[in-house]
Amino acid sequence: MAGRAQPVKPTLGVSAAALVAALILAALAAVALRAEPGRGLGPSDWAALKFTLTQACLSALISVALAIPLARALARRRFYGRSALIALLGAPFILPVIVAILGLLQVFGRSGWINTALEALGLPAVSIYGLHGVVLAHVFFNLPLATRLILQGWQAIPAERFRLAAQLNLSSTAMFRLIEWPMLARAMPSALATVFAICLTSFAVALSLGGGPKATTIELAIYQAFRFDFDLGRAAMLSALQIALTATAGLMALRLARGEGFGAGLDRPVQRWDGDTVAARGLDTLCIVLSALFLLLPLGAIIGAGLANLLSLPEVIFRAALTSILVAIVSTVILLLLALPMAMAIATGRGTLVELSGILGLAASPLVIGTGLFIILRPVTNPADWALPVTALVNAISALPFALRILVPNTRDEVARYGRLALSLDMAGAPFVWRVLLPRLRPQIGFAAGLAAALSMGDLGVIAFFAGPDFATLPLQTYRLMGAYKMDAAAGAALLLLILSFGAFWALDRGGRWHAEV
Amino acid sequence: MLKFENCLIQNGGFTLSADLSIEFSQSVAVIGPSGAGKSTLIETIAGFRDLAQGRINWAGQDITHSAPAQRSIAMLFQDGNLFPHLTATQNVSLGLTHSKRLTTDQTQTVEAALARVGLSQLGARKPAELSGGQQSRVALARVLVQRRDLLLLDEPFAALGPALKAEMLDLVAELVVETGTTLMMVSHDPEDARRITGQAILVADGVAHAPAPTNVLLDNPPEALRAYLG
Repeated sequence: MAGRAQPVKPTLGVSAAALVAALILAALAAVALRAEPGRGLGPSDWAALKFTLTQACLSALISVALAIPLARALARRRFYGRSALIALLGAPFILPVIVAILGLLQVFGRSGWINTALEALGLPAVSIYGLHGVVLAHVFFNLPLATRLILQGWQAIPAERFRLAAQLNLSSTAMFRLIEWPMLARAMPSALATVFAICLTSFAVALSLGGGPKATTIELAIYQAFRFDFDLGRAAMLSALQIALTATAGLMALRLARGEGFGAGLDRPVQRWDGDTVAARGLDTLCIVLSALFLLLPLGAIIGAGLANLLSLPEVIFRAALTSILVAIVSTVILLLLALPMAMAIATGRGTLVELSGILGLAASPLVIGTGLFIILRPVTNPADWALPVTALVNAISALPFALRILVPNTRDEVARYGRLALSLDMAGAPFVWRVLLPRLRPQIGFAAGLAAALSMGDLGVIAFFAGPDFATLPLQTYRLMGAYKMDAAAGAALLLLILSFGAFWALDRGGRWHAEV
Repeated sequence: MLKFENCLIQNGGFTLSADLSIEFSQSVAVIGPSGAGKSTLIETIAGFRDLAQGRINWAGQDITHSAPAQRSIAMLFQDGNLFPHLTATQNVSLGLTHSKRLTTDQTQTVEAALARVGLSQLGARKPAELSGGQQSRVALARVLVQRRDLLLLDEPFAALGPALKAEMLDLVAELVVETGTTLMMVSHDPEDARRITGQAILVADGVAHAPAPTNVLLDNPPEALRAYLG
C-alpha cells in the first residue's frame, strides 16, 4: 500500500472535529428537546415561514437574473478598472451587514437620495422597509456572489470554443445556444441554490429592514419570541423549523455546488470575436455601470456620512469597538485552532467525518446554535455573562467551512509533495507542522484568519441574543443607534466598523503573504 | 548486507517478487524497462510501501515493519528533495536535527558538508536562488550529514543536462567511497549505470533478479533487457 505512513497524525484534527460536532449537535438537541411540537404552528409562525421562503426565492431569482448579463459583460469586455471591479465583487462577503444597510438607507431610505429626487419631481416616496427592502439588501449582498459564480462558469469555457465559433462565423444567438446556454444551465442552479440558502439564514437584514407581521423571517421570529416574549418553547420550535429548512437548502446547494467563488483567475478576460455590435457594447456598458453604481453608491454614501461624524463619536462606541476587536481576536484564534488540525486530518486522507463536521456549521444557522447554547447555559448561569465567548465561538464555527475550503487544497499539496521527504528525515509530527506546513501555508492561514476576523467583527446575530443592555459589540451598538434614530452617530459607528472589518482582513491577509516563503 | 527474503510487492494489479541480497559498500544499479517496478523496489526498501509477503533484512536487522526514518537509509527522490522555504544550510541541518538552533558542533558539521560538495559560500541561499546542479549538491550534503549506511537514488538527477548529471554521479561515487556507504540507484540510462556501479539488478517481468556485474549484464543483455536497450 502506497503512503501508509503519514507525516502528521489525524488525532488532533479528529478531536477538533468531534468537539465542533458535539457542540453543534448539543445545541440542536437542546433546541429539539425544548420545542413543543404539540402546540403546532400558529398563524404568525406560518406567516414567518411564508415570508422567509418568499424573500429567499425573490432574492435568489433577482440576484441571479441580474448576475447573468453582468457576468457576460465582465467576461467579454476589457476596460480600465475591470480587475478592481471584480475584486469589489468579493467585498460584500466581509462587509458588515449593518454597514450595508445604513448605506442603503442613505440612498433608498425615507430621506435618502432617491426619495429626495422623487419628491423634487413631485412623485410619491418609496419605502425601503418590508419585503422589497429585505430583497434589495439581499440582492446588494448576493448579486456580487452570483456574478462571481457565473463568471467562473464563463471563464471555464475553453478559449478554443470561441475560436471555433468565430471560424464557423456563428451568430451571437447560435453561440449562446451552443456554448453559453449549456454552461448557464449548469451554473445557474448552483448559484440560485447558494443565494437561496444564504438568504434563508440572513438575520441582520430582516432585523433592520423587516419586522411586523408581514415581514418577519423565522430567524427574526425566533429572536422576538426570545427577546420580547421570552417564550423559549416557541423559539425552540421555530429553531427546529429553521434547522429543517437550512439543512434541506444547504444539502441542495452542496449537491449543486461546483466552484466555490474564491477561485483565482477571474480577472482574465476571454478573447472572443462576437458582441462587437453597438447594441451589445451599449448593453454591456450599461450593465457594468449600473451594477458598479448599485454597489458603490451605498458604500460611498456611508463613508461620506460617517466621515463627518467619525471624530465626534460618543465614548460608548469606542468601548463597543474594543469589545468587537476582542471578540474578533478570540474568534480568529478559536477558528485557527480548529481549522488547522482539521485541514491536516483531511489532507492525510482520513477526514471523511472531519469534513462532514466542517459542513455541519453550514447546516445549522448561527442564530439556531445560539438559541441552543442559550437553552443549555440558562439553568447553569446567566447567559448574558457569556455573551463574548459564545459570540466568538459561534462566529468561529460559522467561519469554519470557509476556512477549510481555503486551507485544505494547499495542505493536501504540501503533504503530498513533502510528506515522504519529511518521513525519511524523521520529521513526522510536530517538526513537520512547525518547520514545513505552517511556514508554507502562511498565505492561506492569513487569508482564512482575515476572513474569520472580518466576519466576526461585523457579525450581528448571536450577540443580539446574548448581550445585556450594558454590553454591546460595534455592530450591535450601531444597530441600537439606528433604532434610536441617531442616524449621524450610527453612520459614524458604521464607518468605524467598516474600517475595522476591512482593516482586520487586510492586515491578516497581507501579513500572511508578506515575505511569504514559497 | 541487504537481503530480500521471498519478497512480494503488490500495488493494484502489479506484483514484483524479489529474493536477492546485496553486499555492504557495493554500488548497485537498478535497471529495466519503464513501468517494470524499479522505483517500487527502491520505495519498498525506504519504507514507503508494505510487503505483501517476505522480509527485508538490512545489516542484520529485520526492517520489514520499521518506519522510514528508523531504517538507517537515506533516499533522494526524483524531485522535491529540498524544502523551498528553507535555506541551503537549513535544509542540510534537517539531516541532523529538527530544531532551529544548532550546536557549535552541528554548525561545523553542516558547514563541512556544504564545503565538501563545493557550496561553502552559498549556505544562505534558498533553492530557488540555486541552479539545478547546486540544488542536487545541497541534497547530497544533507545525505552526508545524515550518516546513513545505505543511500537510495530514485533518479534525482534526471532533470539535469548530460554533463551536469555525469558530474553529480561522479560526486556521488566519490562520497560513497569516502563514507563506505552502500548505494542503490534507479537508472534508465545504461551509461549512468556503467559510470558508477559495479553491479546491477535487472527488474523485468515482475521479478527483481539477483545482482550481476553491470558490464556483463549490459554487454550480454538477457531477452527482457535487450528489448529495452534496443
